[in-house]
Amino acid sequence: MREKTAKELRAALKAGETSAAALAECYLAKIAAEDAAYHAYNTINERAAAEAAAVDKRLADGLDSPLAGVPVAIKDNIATETMPTTCSSKILQGFMSPYNATVIEKLAAAGAVLLGKTNMDEFAMGSTTETSCTGVTKNPWDTAKVPGGSSGGSAAAVAAGLAPVALGSDTGGSIRQPCAYCGLTGMKPTYGAVSRYGLLAYGSSLDQIGPIAHTAADCAAVLQVIAGYDEKDSTSAKDVRFDFAAALTGDIAGKKIGLPKNYLGEGLDAEIRAAILAAAEQFAALGAEIEEFEMPMLEYAVPAYYIIASAEASSNLSRYDGIKYGYHPEGFADLEDLYLSARSEGFGPEVKRRIMLGTFALSSGYYDAYYQKALKVRALIRQNFDAAFAKYDAIISPVAPTTAPRLGESLSDPLAMYLSDIYTVAVNLVGIPAISLPCGFDAAGMPIGMQLLGAMWSDDKLIDLAHAYQLHTDWHEKSPARKEAE
Amino acid sequence: MEIDAKMVEYVAELAKLRLSEPEKAAMQQDLTKVLQYMDVLNQLDTADVPPLTHVSGVENVFREDEAKPSFGREKILQNAIAVEDGCFKVPQTVE
Amino acid sequence: MSGYKNTGYEVVIGLEVHVELNTATKIFCNCSTAFGAEPNTHVCPVCSGMPGVLPVLNRKVLEKAVAAGLATNCTITQQCKFDRKNYFYPDLPKAYQTSQLYLPICRNGYVEIEGDDGPKKVRIHQIHMEEDAGKLNHDAKSGSTLIDYNRCGVPLLEIVSEPDMRSAAEVQAYLEKLKSTMEYLNVSDCKMQEGSMRADVNLSVRRVGDPELGTRTETKNMNSFKAIARSIEYEIFRQIEVLEDGGRVQQETRRWDDEKGIGYAMRSKEDAHDYRYFPEPDLAPINISDAYLAEIAAAIPELPDQKKTRYVADYKLSAYDAAQLTRSRYLAELFEQTVVLGGDPKEAANFLIGDCMRLLNAEGREPESLSFSPENLAALLKLVAASTINKTTAKAVFEKIYTENIDPAAYVKANGLEMLSDDSELDSLIADIVAANPKSVADYQGGKKAAAGFLVGQVMKATKGKADAAKVNAKLQEILNKQA
Repeated sequence: MREKTAKELRAALKAGETSAAALAECYLAKIAAEDAAYHAYNTINERAAAEAAAVDKRLADGLDSPLAGVPVAIKDNIATETMPTTCSSKILQGFMSPYNATVIEKLAAAGAVLLGKTNMDEFAMGSTTETSCTGVTKNPWDTAKVPGGSSGGSAAAVAAGLAPVALGSDTGGSIRQPCAYCGLTGMKPTYGAVSRYGLLAYGSSLDQIGPIAHTAADCAAVLQVIAGYDEKDSTSAKDVRFDFAAALTGDIAGKKIGLPKNYLGEGLDAEIRAAILAAAEQFAALGAEIEEFEMPMLEYAVPAYYIIASAEASSNLSRYDGIKYGYHPEGFADLEDLYLSARSEGFGPEVKRRIMLGTFALSSGYYDAYYQKALKVRALIRQNFDAAFAKYDAIISPVAPTTAPRLGESLSDPLAMYLSDIYTVAVNLVGIPAISLPCGFDAAGMPIGMQLLGAMWSDDKLIDLAHAYQLHTDWHEKSPARKEAE
Repeated sequence: MEIDAKMVEYVAELAKLRLSEPEKAAMQQDLTKVLQYMDVLNQLDTADVPPLTHVSGVENVFREDEAKPSFGREKILQNAIAVEDGCFKVPQTVE
Repeated sequence: MSGYKNTGYEVVIGLEVHVELNTATKIFCNCSTAFGAEPNTHVCPVCSGMPGVLPVLNRKVLEKAVAAGLATNCTITQQCKFDRKNYFYPDLPKAYQTSQLYLPICRNGYVEIEGDDGPKKVRIHQIHMEEDAGKLNHDAKSGSTLIDYNRCGVPLLEIVSEPDMRSAAEVQAYLEKLKSTMEYLNVSDCKMQEGSMRADVNLSVRRVGDPELGTRTETKNMNSFKAIARSIEYEIFRQIEVLEDGGRVQQETRRWDDEKGIGYAMRSKEDAHDYRYFPEPDLAPINISDAYLAEIAAAIPELPDQKKTRYVADYKLSAYDAAQLTRSRYLAELFEQTVVLGGDPKEAANFLIGDCMRLLNAEGREPESLSFSPENLAALLKLVAASTINKTTAKAVFEKIYTENIDPAAYVKANGLEMLSDDSELDSLIADIVAANPKSVADYQGGKKAAAGFLVGQVMKATKGKADAAKVNAKLQEILNKQA
């Protein structure tokens, strides 16, 4: 049962070849045996076996959904009532949410079985999963390398075969970049397509929950279950309904794909550039029309993004004060000391840095020059994307300038780390969907990813593009285990 | 933008973070570096550009004014630092 | 009052009034807003600031805010957003208050009040929607504070005036105008004792004729008209004294201790005013259509000033009586229903303003707590009009209506309170009294006309108050004058 897709597992369940309980048991056993090598998981769901047995009863009663009986791993910033939700931060140690996130309720209704909560950069702030307070996660393709971040635990779990699919969250590339580093397919949906209720906020106007999987078809399966309007989330879209199952036609003849030349310039690994160009040719071979163009303002996305994300984070993370939940300091002298102790002992260095940056950007006298300015630049970037999508069905782009770096190399220079997000953050700033999928390997055998960017609410069409590519390529079928076997 | 030590202390106070002296020095350096990089935004003329705060175009979202049962108090208090008489308990606030 | 009028100083006052909306549920979640529940029982993950939760705006809050703005002559901000106001305090579980700074729902309005020098307009700078904070109970003994989030997320309107008031009396008039307007709109109950209406007073003094405003102080969070008036008087004299002593008024936030009758400065904090407002990303922007505005405007009921004018014109009430009746929407409605049921408007007004208010004031109750029906008041007025009972009896019967909402006709009948309608019976009674009191008769006839009053009293006593006093008086005069 290793590295099966959700689609294959569903087929096996439908054929009566396996059961939800057997699948859960199989994955739990594999996690128990192998996760020590990766540390993909923060928490294992102790009730998974019982929950799977309950799902088997529902399956017998005719339950049918794209994820019925399928095990799923959950990023540890999505609220679950029966497992701790920690954001891999000391300040939330032991926190038991009094409620479930909407996506968790939807997964439960669809009969998915939760395997556990996966490691991440603390509060999703990081690109390597090294800022986690529970320890680093290792890349299953090379355990000396990072899995990417912030959804590194979810990506490592799927890549190592410790979950068929996982949920991640993407504020500035946190689904797409780990997928690129781990040879997976993952999607950041249009802002508002998936409910954020129960997603512990980092940058509220940027965050989206999305799938991490082996294939575009599995991304569609997960989105079929979790996407849709939620009355608890004022920013979720009411009138948009996707039929992801029907969207997978594999026929992309006549689609126009833009290839931004300036995205392929200086700073991008030559091997990645070559892989992207080869992917573009593959799309052309499938009947799509590829056109090179200039996508302006690439260099402004990172500064605008980090101002907005940090500002929102500084406010979102103010509620962690040691009083209501999470880490409780001891020996404090008074209320002020309680606040200071909880927050200073509870947050790690990268989180503190972003809280400081965001607090500064909103503070009296600097709001206009930084926060307001960033919002205006965001509007300009949006105009550029709107113009591009007036011409193209999708834009093809690198995900990261390099393949996965070695552990321990990234954190020492925060600015350099921020700059490595250059290809991913604009998507979140403007709200559009993007899907990241494997398109090659570098000389060291590490996966290379590309991303396809689409107009607002084109999620289904974007998945179809990725699906068509995967029908004619096999990069997504490679895995660390199979690599070893070869 | 150059961040001085006083600014680091002021922002830390606003953010309720207690920084050690080495942390302050590192923070001053990191923030200065990042903010100087961010000054690249000033190359863009945004005088007539309205700020973009909400990207999805969703507006006018309301709920009906119908009361639903509240949560069990024990669930709300289950993660608290200290509880007394059904309340969160903290050191006395001063006015 | 206004003892400072001769000091050569002028007072400049602006108010920030917080009005709790009378919605069934909180502003961003479905928890009840009911007052007085056990601590933390009207609480859910949203209003207790649990990680990951999101707000959804209560439709009624917007409706009521728009109505309040229209009724106070404001311009409604049709493209409107919420902002976050960031600060740490244990009564604020998210460590930010969802409020409005950049695009408040209402701007540039005014209300008209009866000022010290006649009618005047107090301008309203803005009205915005926001959420209330929780309640902190301090336990000095254990040195701890207990946090109750029941009030967290109760919807508030903050009504910010321009500095247009010049005395405590004008502040009171302004507050009363706001209170009655909000009650009429069914926006708020404005129960000050429950904290559903509270005011922050911004006050400065300056030499009369000085064009510059003086340094102002802000006295926060008072919730009774009396406390507000006293704190203003106190602060005026404090500031004048500081200036007269050659000092400077410090810009500061102050508290009023109503028990001790003193104000004091709050510990000021360096960071107190850097709230780092920014647009709330979790709430969708509001786009108010002209049609929606028209719909809310059409639903606004007749407001106190309009009612007052109509009472004077239609019912020939005095301006004073009309103002008294319309101060409370409940009282005005009771009055109108009584009149519709056939009660005489003037008499109805007399009972409601006189006896009814006297009884309410004695118990410290608000008109909203009245429990008698307009039917019974109208029936009482009809009994008076038909001379079935006299005025003294009517007052006694009204008290019964006030306390027990009795049916006056049945009550009068059961207790035999009708006036004596049989003239022959009355005539013989009067004859008896005259015969039994020769001294008084002699006094009267000797020129002491007041003696007649004693005789009338004796007759009334003999009839147990059931006679028509005017009639008794007339008959007595006739007999006495005839005898003379």
